[in-house]
Amino acid sequence: MSKERIQISEALYDIMPSDYQDLVKSATYGKEDRGWKDIGNSKELIEQHSLCAGCPESMAFRYILASLPNPEDTVMVGSTGCTSLVFPMVAVHNIHSLFGNQNAIASGLKRALSVRFPGRTKDVVVLAGDGATVDIGLDMTLQAWFRQEKFTTICFDNELYANTGGQESGLMQKGFVAKMAPVGKLFDKVRLPEIARESGCHYVVNCTVSKPSLVEKVIRNAVHIAREIGPTYLQLYTPCILEIGKNSMEGLQEMRDSEKPTERFAYKEYVSEPAKQLLAELAAKDKERKAAAKQLAGQA
Amino acid sequence: MADNKSLIGTKNKKGQTFTDTWTMMNDAPRTPSFYTGSEVIKEALRRASCDVMIAYPITPQSEAAALIGELFAEGYIGDYFRGESEFAVMSQCAGAAFGGARVFTTTAGPGTMRAMENFPMWSGARLPIQMIVTCRGINSPLSIQPDTLEIAYLLNTGMLVWHAETAQDFFDWILKGYMVSEEPDVHLPLALCCDGFFVTHTKDVVNLTPADMCLPPYDPYRSPVPCMDMECPPVRMMRDPFVMKSNYISYATHASWQQEIWAAVERSRKHTIKWINGLIDTENIDADIMIVASGTAVSQGREAIRLLEDEGIRCGLVKVKSLRPWPEEEIREATKNAKHIFVPEFNVTGWLAKEIKATVPNHHRVHAGPRVCGGMTMPPEIIVQEIKTVLGMKTVSLAGRGS
Repeated sequence: MSKERIQISEALYDIMPSDYQDLVKSATYGKEDRGWKDIGNSKELIEQHSLCAGCPESMAFRYILASLPNPEDTVMVGSTGCTSLVFPMVAVHNIHSLFGNQNAIASGLKRALSVRFPGRTKDVVVLAGDGATVDIGLDMTLQAWFRQEKFTTICFDNELYANTGGQESGLMQKGFVAKMAPVGKLFDKVRLPEIARESGCHYVVNCTVSKPSLVEKVIRNAVHIAREIGPTYLQLYTPCILEIGKNSMEGLQEMRDSEKPTERFAYKEYVSEPAKQLLAELAAKDKERKAAAKQLAGQA
Repeated sequence: MADNKSLIGTKNKKGQTFTDTWTMMNDAPRTPSFYTGSEVIKEALRRASCDVMIAYPITPQSEAAALIGELFAEGYIGDYFRGESEFAVMSQCAGAAFGGARVFTTTAGPGTMRAMENFPMWSGARLPIQMIVTCRGINSPLSIQPDTLEIAYLLNTGMLVWHAETAQDFFDWILKGYMVSEEPDVHLPLALCCDGFFVTHTKDVVNLTPADMCLPPYDPYRSPVPCMDMECPPVRMMRDPFVMKSNYISYATHASWQQEIWAAVERSRKHTIKWINGLIDTENIDADIMIVASGTAVSQGREAIRLLEDEGIRCGLVKVKSLRPWPEEEIREATKNAKHIFVPEFNVTGWLAKEIKATVPNHHRVHAGPRVCGGMTMPPEIIVQEIKTVLGMKTVSLAGRGS
């Protein structure tokens, strides 16, 4: 898509919703170095949403949408849960179909876009909760990786079923007492990042969303590697403050506490050899581009 | 956005000419060929300009699904792969259709049931996917034998549901089916059903259209809902997600969309009539006795009519081709003179008879049988026997049937 496609006919301009007018005026579609720093001085690709006040998931959504390297040609796939309350407000085409089938949808979608737009970049990004990714949809999550489907899978890990009211999930910590785990969860948190690596993902990151610059980096890496090489997986801690008994303002601290070196969301990264090479190439190009811009600025 | 100019008359990468579908199906020369039903599915797909086919093995559709893989290897299909289960396959089909592809898949029996959650989603999302259902038993203990019970479950999904009798029906309807499904005022998936083994694994003479002609490609921008390819503005689809709202606006939105799906099924009626020449076929509708059937039960009904004729009993036939849209008026009209309506079926519950009972006046005229299931064949003699028994005529007992 080019930005021309979203232009508004002059005759209809005044009756278009203001959020759409803002998209046309100042969204960062097509901006090569877009990132989290655009938040606040351009139109974000997310409108008002109905998540709880202070929900870390809403922060994650904003950082991710600001960081997608190619939103004008990106289609996102969601699943059922709190994320499905947000997707209708997102200015990137997105699909919700059923609970847990997101990686199957993305497999078909990516292949259709490749057939229909040969030689053009069309990125596909899955974003779903931990129930969708690890429990009900695990089969389809893994099979898409086995098949080396070229899209990014992002799991918002809040360690429980938030939208249905805080039930046990596979990514919940052992011993946590929750609905459907009345005496505490009896088995360990599923080690999906390791499983992702063994299943063929070329880039795997386990972290929190406390730092927007980090989210930007991992999103860009994951999308670029998925586009060129194969599947990538990001597991992002987005605690459900409601279900772990925290207040609205405590989400950020909860993430900071959980990313300490000994904690379960300490930054962990796996990059395959071909992906390392690609990232090095991209970094070199970026350096070149910046040097050229600097030179140009100097001449001016 | 894709170029809107017509591609008719131009060639695809395999050298086939994109041909106006009406001309291709009705005016182009046909070549009689002796093929199995599975091979016929492959030949139809060769001419279907299909973008994506997703396969999964389950008897009795495995051969057809694998043969389409050969077509992919030859370059006739845009992409093809084996999914991991029918639930996943139907979701992969959805993803491909959301992305604007013409999509094809095949399944059977337990596969249909495993994938069931996808079907109302397909309709609700207005995805014109075509799914071949080669019906087989869904009961326990495990059976792979022909049985049409699964069709009953498809009838309320919002999909179009057609029931082919022969391999010729199959060939024609696969191609014509896309024309109905992809109409902007329809834009719904089609379950094209047949009786497994009886159609898939038997050879028949089928008149094929020329192999160097193919359907015009699917144009996703004629869809009534946006194609998810970021080639049109990514507007906010709603002001509020309705999923969590408990208010009248939310209920009314869901209700009106459900009504719209069924209105689209109704709107498909005129296109279906045009393309498959009516929702039903009839013979001898002035007879006192009518057989109403779908699938291969129609063929058995024809044989029974011939046997009855030998005995001087005149009997008519209604072949139900489309189950959704349902030919209510047509069946009522075709059976208005009938004193007795027999509905032979290959399933235990008699779902077709129930539909017919709900359709015709004086439904005591409807005799829900004979029915066979679990893979049993339906010799025309048992239809004859059922009819003669109801008429109070003496019948010869059929060995092994406990009669």
